Amino acid sequence: MTYDHAIPLLRARGLSFLRADEPVFGPLDFALHAGELALVEGDNGSGKTTLLRLLAGLLHVGEGELDWRGQPWNRDACAGEMLFLGHQLGLKMDMSPRENLHIAAGLHGTREGRSAASVLTEVGLAGYEDDPVRRLSAGQKKRAALARLLLLPAVLWLLDEPYANLDRAGIALVNRLLEMHVAAGGAALVTSHGAVSFHGGEPKRIRMHA
Amino acid sequence: MSRASLAVACGAVLRRDLTLAWRRRGDIAMPVLYALIVATLFPFALGPEDALLQRIAGGIVLVTVLLAMLLALDAMFRSDIEDGSLEQLVLAPQPLALMLGMKILAHWLTTALPLIVIAPMLAGMLHLPVPVMGVLMLALLLATPMLGLLGAVLVALTAGTRRSGMLLALMLLPLCVPVVIFAAGAVAAAQQGLPWIAPIAWLGAALALALVLAPLACAAALRIALDA
Repeated sequence: MTYDHAIPLLRARGLSFLRADEPVFGPLDFALHAGELALVEGDNGSGKTTLLRLLAGLLHVGEGELDWRGQPWNRDACAGEMLFLGHQLGLKMDMSPRENLHIAAGLHGTREGRSAASVLTEVGLAGYEDDPVRRLSAGQKKRAALARLLLLPAVLWLLDEPYANLDRAGIALVNRLLEMHVAAGGAALVTSHGAVSFHGGEPKRIRMHA
Repeated sequence: MSRASLAVACGAVLRRDLTLAWRRRGDIAMPVLYALIVATLFPFALGPEDALLQRIAGGIVLVTVLLAMLLALDAMFRSDIEDGSLEQLVLAPQPLALMLGMKILAHWLTTALPLIVIAPMLAGMLHLPVPVMGVLMLALLLATPMLGLLGAVLVALTAGTRRSGMLLALMLLPLCVPVVIFAAGAVAAAQQGLPWIAPIAWLGAALALALVLAPLACAAALRIALDA
């Protein structure tokens, strides 16, 4: 697959989301190119999560335009190119991190040269691969969900509060994952209150205002 | 990079739901025990006359099995909505209707199949003649997936609401009426020595229609529920 790199992966023009005819956020204008990281900033209730759910395709665009690789956004065009990590991690509590990854890989496929075992070691869950997720700590659950980002193929990552519940090493892990992804030509949209120490240049900032 | 094929994805969803059901096998036993107790209540309430019980046995088993299924229906997508797995399923690059079809199949295998297995025992308890047993089983094999499919659409529609159990029952029971009429009609006809193939064929036709349309409706309803 070759794409013209001048065309942004994602472009929003006057994008807003309406709930009961009241705008939750926006209008927003931004463009995200391959190899770029964008931080979504805003106060509680400013619509950061809503924006990410909308970009993932879980919510409908209220007003404005949203383009994916220069074409109006539609579900089939970006199917399999995007991964969403929300507040609910999408892990089955009665299954182990390894089993959870196998399900996700069954639905999405896997990246070249990655396996469930290798990515679980990479996110620091070695030794916990076969424990039920229910028994893991909140931070370990988060790591199990982050392992999905490493295993599954995707160009765009939409990460809602990826730093929540993580310790220092975990925060460094998220930063490392983002750096690797962006260096490999991927793009990511991240909401966060915490500090992001991103080494690959200053990230783009999207400021939310209600 | 390897993309997941459709067969692999279907297998993953089916295996996941069956594994989860197996790890909570106590939940599988609930509807079975419920059906057993309800069917046992009838002889106590109506008196243990063979002739009376024989006449109503088919109907009792059908209604009991449908009610027991209703009890378990509510849980079809609940845990998936709570832990976010449903969002992940919706966002996966696979046809959602087919994935939900797999979930409905897994649900049928784990809730309806055990009920069908104990149905001959319930019917035997109520003195249903042995030759009619085959027709009853056939009627159940067609009626339970039908109920599972219709139920899945309604569960998807009420997915966003709290305490949807009662609402679900109120919405689903009217839809059960034709299913019960045809299934019980076939059993009654067999009991009287009349041809019973026509109502069974009607049930089969309705099931074929539901198999195609219900997963599509279910997928559309879930997208709306998640959008809210």
